[in-house]
Amino acid sequence: MIAFLRRRPGLLPLLLLAPAIAWLVAFYVYPAIQMLQASLWSGTLETGFAFSWANAATYPEALGRYSDQFLRSILYAAVSTLVCLALAFPLAYTIAYRAGRWRTILLFIVIAPFFTSFLLRVLAWKTVLGDDGFLLGPLKAIGVLPEEFRILATPVAVIFGISYNFFPFMVLPIYVSLEKIDRRLVEAAKDLYAGPARAFQRITLPLALPGVFAGSLLVFIPAMGDFVNAELLGSVQTRLIGNVIQSRFLVNNDYPTAAALSFMLMAGILAAVFIYARVLGTDELESGIG
Amino acid sequence: MLRWLGRNALRAYTGLALIYLLLPIFIVALFSFNDPVGKTNYTWVGFTLDHWGNLFAIPGLLDSVIVSIRIALISTLIATTLGTLAALALVRYQFRGRPATSLFIFLPLATPEIILGASLLTLFVAIGQPPFFPLNEFTILIAHITFNISYVIVTVRARLSGFDRRLEEASADLGADGWQTFWRVTFPLILPGIAAAGLLAFSLSIDDFVITNFTAGRTTTFPMFVWGSARIGVPPQVNAIGTIFFVVAVSAVAVGSFLQRRRA
Repeated sequence: MIAFLRRRPGLLPLLLLAPAIAWLVAFYVYPAIQMLQASLWSGTLETGFAFSWANAATYPEALGRYSDQFLRSILYAAVSTLVCLALAFPLAYTIAYRAGRWRTILLFIVIAPFFTSFLLRVLAWKTVLGDDGFLLGPLKAIGVLPEEFRILATPVAVIFGISYNFFPFMVLPIYVSLEKIDRRLVEAAKDLYAGPARAFQRITLPLALPGVFAGSLLVFIPAMGDFVNAELLGSVQTRLIGNVIQSRFLVNNDYPTAAALSFMLMAGILAAVFIYARVLGTDELESGIG
Repeated sequence: MLRWLGRNALRAYTGLALIYLLLPIFIVALFSFNDPVGKTNYTWVGFTLDHWGNLFAIPGLLDSVIVSIRIALISTLIATTLGTLAALALVRYQFRGRPATSLFIFLPLATPEIILGASLLTLFVAIGQPPFFPLNEFTILIAHITFNISYVIVTVRARLSGFDRRLEEASADLGADGWQTFWRVTFPLILPGIAAAGLLAFSLSIDDFVITNFTAGRTTTFPMFVWGSARIGVPPQVNAIGTIFFVVAVSAVAVGSFLQRRRA
């Protein structure tokens, strides 16, 4: 075999790639096709499912029935992305330019949450934000907040949870693109009589855009699919499309509706990414990913 | 003046941000020492070491941890092997379709977990027979390998791109054949990258809930155990296990970076 490869060196990369690509085709691409097919099924798990193009009516039906949850997902994901952006930019800026020898330890703290279980982190916020928890309890005791004030089981709690959990995905790409900026450009701007604010606005911010773009996608995409934060921190009024997909699949075994919703969710995300890329320019998209 | 204000505001803000990041980790650890009344463990009652003393007194907890570790080990081994081979191909060789291949490998990372999990569930239901259905540990394993492959490829590729090809040329000049060059020169140089990817894959697998939720059936991993007990109240022992995972992961990263610094 080695002798054969020596005669045909072009085959070696293909051989190296083959197992991973074959795996992804079998368990990433094929399941997607299978799910498209399942969205056109009718029947139940007990009686078996039958495929028919006529079942395409599942799509408009599902969209009409769960439009509230779809819109709520888009709203929560968008707000969480903005919250993350606002919170992450100053932190990434500090780590990139002001941290000095603390840089490594700060970067480590940014990713530290990933070393604790995701579900336990969400439950920890349930403890902190609880109606009489560490945060609200003392404020209620001294009368700053009324007794019935609550954060848990409100949209604020869900958006807070989503923002917390995907926050590092926003900090890291912004940090990377800030760190790559040649600081002499800022000095040049100052030599040309730009004040610090103007230098920031005209040099630092535009050059950090690829990181902002990548970070926004890394927060927005998982946020659109969230159901854990909505389930553990929210209430029936904060159910997201992820909760619907999860319960249709796993509780009701309503595979056709769940598959149709999954497809529309994916299509919605792709559309949002496309629009965002158009607004910011595709150059940012490529350098943000690459 | 403005500058001074800006600098100190940033400093204060950074402090707050760090507290925000670390607070849940601290809470998880703190509540493993709590002595709750009843089943819920959301309010602080009093300090006790009891739960650390009988970590596995909760039925099913130990089993779930063992299942999680087993799945994480096997999925890491397979995904790291497949992913490293693919990363080598992508970095070392120019071939037609390379950009398309890179994009394809990136796609699973850009897909929400819920959709990855849901589509695998549909596949397994459609197959409808063992070993894929009913869902079991094997189907969780397939799911974890699937999402880990892309993470491994991206991580190893990033580490490989700074690789100095002249070292391999030097090896060939000194009479080593391709196989010897690979094992004596290339492999030791890319090993830290492979180790980093393996560590990432392991920690993603052991903590995965969303995809596992769709592919587990009746199998209970540690995150599934947490999810199941969240409705009735998470016992402090679960916090203790979470804390142990955290300490082990941080130590692994610290040892890894120490070893790498010593090599450099």
